[in-house]
Amino acid sequence: MSAEAVAPIRLVSIGKRYSGTKALDDVSVEVAGGSVHALVGANGAGKSTLGKIVGGVIRPDEGQLFVDDRPVRYASPREARIDGIAMIAQELSPVPHMSVIENVFLGIEPRRSGFVQRRQMRKQYDELVSQWGFELDGNAKVGTLRTADKQKVEILRAVACGARVIVMDEPTSSLSSVETETLHRMIRTLRASGRTIVYVSHFLDEVLDLADTVSVLRSGHLVRTAPAAEETEESLVAGMFGAAAEAEHFEKPQGSTAPVVLEVSDLNRKGVLRDIWLQIRAGEIVGLAGLVGSGRSELARAIAGADPIDRGTIAVDGTPRRIRSPADAMAAGMAFLPESRKDDGLFMELTLAANTTFADVGAVATRFGLLRRGLEREKTNSLLKSLSIQPPVPSAKVVSLSGGNQQKVLFARWLFRNPRVLILDEPTRGVDVAARAAIHRLINNLATGGTAVLLISSEIEEVLGLAHRVLVMRRGSITREFGADPPMEAVMEAAFGLGGSTTT
Amino acid sequence: MTVQPSDPVAGDPVVAEDPVAAEGRVSAGAIALRRIRSPGRIRAEHVRDYGIVVFAVALFAYFSIASNVFLTSQNLLNLVFQNATIGIAACAVTFTIIAGNFDLSLGSIFVLSEVLAAYAAVHYGVWWAFPVAIVPGAAMGAINGLLVTKLRVNAFLATLATALSFVGIAVGVTSGGLLITPSSSVFTFLGQHRVVGIQYPVIIFAVVAIVLQLVLAYTVFGRHLYGIGDNRNAARLSGLKVDRTVLITFVITGAACGLSGLIDASTTGSGTSDTSGLGGSLALLAIAGVALGGSSIFGGVGSVWRTVLGVLILGMITNGFDLLAVPDFWQDIVRGILIITAVAIGTIIERRT
Repeated sequence: MSAEAVAPIRLVSIGKRYSGTKALDDVSVEVAGGSVHALVGANGAGKSTLGKIVGGVIRPDEGQLFVDDRPVRYASPREARIDGIAMIAQELSPVPHMSVIENVFLGIEPRRSGFVQRRQMRKQYDELVSQWGFELDGNAKVGTLRTADKQKVEILRAVACGARVIVMDEPTSSLSSVETETLHRMIRTLRASGRTIVYVSHFLDEVLDLADTVSVLRSGHLVRTAPAAEETEESLVAGMFGAAAEAEHFEKPQGSTAPVVLEVSDLNRKGVLRDIWLQIRAGEIVGLAGLVGSGRSELARAIAGADPIDRGTIAVDGTPRRIRSPADAMAAGMAFLPESRKDDGLFMELTLAANTTFADVGAVATRFGLLRRGLEREKTNSLLKSLSIQPPVPSAKVVSLSGGNQQKVLFARWLFRNPRVLILDEPTRGVDVAARAAIHRLINNLATGGTAVLLISSEIEEVLGLAHRVLVMRRGSITREFGADPPMEAVMEAAFGLGGSTTT
Repeated sequence: MTVQPSDPVAGDPVVAEDPVAAEGRVSAGAIALRRIRSPGRIRAEHVRDYGIVVFAVALFAYFSIASNVFLTSQNLLNLVFQNATIGIAACAVTFTIIAGNFDLSLGSIFVLSEVLAAYAAVHYGVWWAFPVAIVPGAAMGAINGLLVTKLRVNAFLATLATALSFVGIAVGVTSGGLLITPSSSVFTFLGQHRVVGIQYPVIIFAVVAIVLQLVLAYTVFGRHLYGIGDNRNAARLSGLKVDRTVLITFVITGAACGLSGLIDASTTGSGTSDTSGLGGSLALLAIAGVALGGSSIFGGVGSVWRTVLGVLILGMITNGFDLLAVPDFWQDIVRGILIITAVAIGTIIERRT
């Protein structure tokens, strides 16, 4: 391992669009050989996209990538690998039913006249492992390994292929602190051998601890690239969020004395949620902020009966409810809009009417289970109108609608049931500006009408604009609570684990 | 459950705010409406959704012209009669398939039910044949359903495995041979008699098809099947007992195959465990009929009338080719090509839109 492995990478004026929105716009970054270069930013800032462009997973629409001062254009991760660039994705990709050794040498097996030289492969593996100081059983099936060990497999695979640049996308998001420490040691070893690491992460303490250089991205733009030594966690957060983006602000009632509708006590799920206590009053919007992976969605799913819990009580209107399935939660008066409307929400090939009434078809049927289509159409029509869904045609298929209108159809399904508690996970994801504003007004109006709302969003502006109280989650626990309109920096710092950890 | 849909946004300032904006929204809706209905031109989706109907009509017209026997009431009744057992099983398995599952054990349930019906008729009296065919059929369906929902065995494998076992039991019951039923008219009227000139199996097929189509299109249960097949997660999160609904589809399919087995036993006056006949090919022909009709093999899309159409097209090819004295092997070749073509057209259009 020597200095010949140095490979500088230059990204010049990179631009990338996804269906109209700019994920990256005119981003130029220079990565020095033999360094750890971190990319940080909020969710959707473009840091993963940039990492994937270096790794050949995504092709940029504009700009030029230079490797060793040579302009390159990768059509696939395979081509990037030939240039010595390996990508370790967030979703690890080793072949699960093959052994560690087979995975490490997949596609580059030592062979003679077409036959894999197993003993040779074993020897190479042992050399590799001792050289890098890893501890990993070569015969274990990769599918049985923990995430941390799967990462080791991927790293070994990268160095076995002769990678000089390794791109890591959120490598520690599902690791324990001990595992993170081990990974960082490996990364330092890799750097010492002259390899270059591009490290995409939203854990700022790790970034400052590990990286030589940090590039900060915000909404697809590069804010700055600076030596890590000159940054602090506060300066990075300030760079990532800058001036607050536009989001409508609603009037928030102070000191509500309305009765508590939803009360969650001592909720636990091993490895996911820890000691969750929360209350939501009638007419109150409680915002749940936190990073991706902090347990926000998991909490929502647990309350809504979508995922099992290990311990805890959930009470609605003061009555403890036994919630073991979504049906139980619905019977208790809850409604849950899941994070992904496509995977968990909508029936794409069914009509707007069928989608709207699905959670309570009985309401538009006779006692004997016969559908009353006329009644269904009528009820759907009035909901479509009140939500201004386009086109307001009950017989149209959901798949033919725009993202914003699809999301409104999902709202329609739950409004159809008049829930007491509305749990919203990313209610405006992938929705255009107009629909987003309409959904915000709708949420606010529902609360005014007395519905208790739990609002989860990766967009901090959305939470601040709507929530009467803001809870911050980090690593499975609620770590901070704010009243209405807290300063955004304070919420962000809490989400990143800075500042005090007690309730204000 | 009271519904006040206008409530949430009633106070929404934008809706009431600006008459011009409201106007704009209405006309945008009208445009979208027109785009969706688009009555004038024939588009790719129309070919996918209704091409098979056009094909069936064309095939019918062709055989009517090419053969002077085809278009006689006697021949057409025979055509339906010969496909009634397949048709009943196919209509029922449409439920299972729409809910996103699969059943390869149709033929085996058919065979075992037929044998049990004959056995009951021989040993306990002919009236016993009726419940003894249908109830165990439903029970066999329930076994499939429990394997799929409780043990989470892949439906393909589960029903392939039970299919083997069911036929095994049938061979055991008959000792590999044939059970001749008493030639009581009580037992044989189902398969061998007519009412107003129409064979009973034809009538039963029609009734089963109509009832299942109505259940699918006009009941809460039918709606749930589409939802589960389209998006299982969403169905669960909407409070549906997904497993129970899926189980019921298997039970219905099993009972229908039992009914088919009973009809076959009654028609032939015997029960056989031999799978070289209809029992061996029933599952594939029925599923081919479902696919040919245009129901999605992945669930969520389809209907019973499509299955009836698919089964009758396959039957029409056999019947028409027989009348035109085309060699048997051509029938199979053409039917195979037809199924591939129909499914491929569907997939290609799906991918393009």
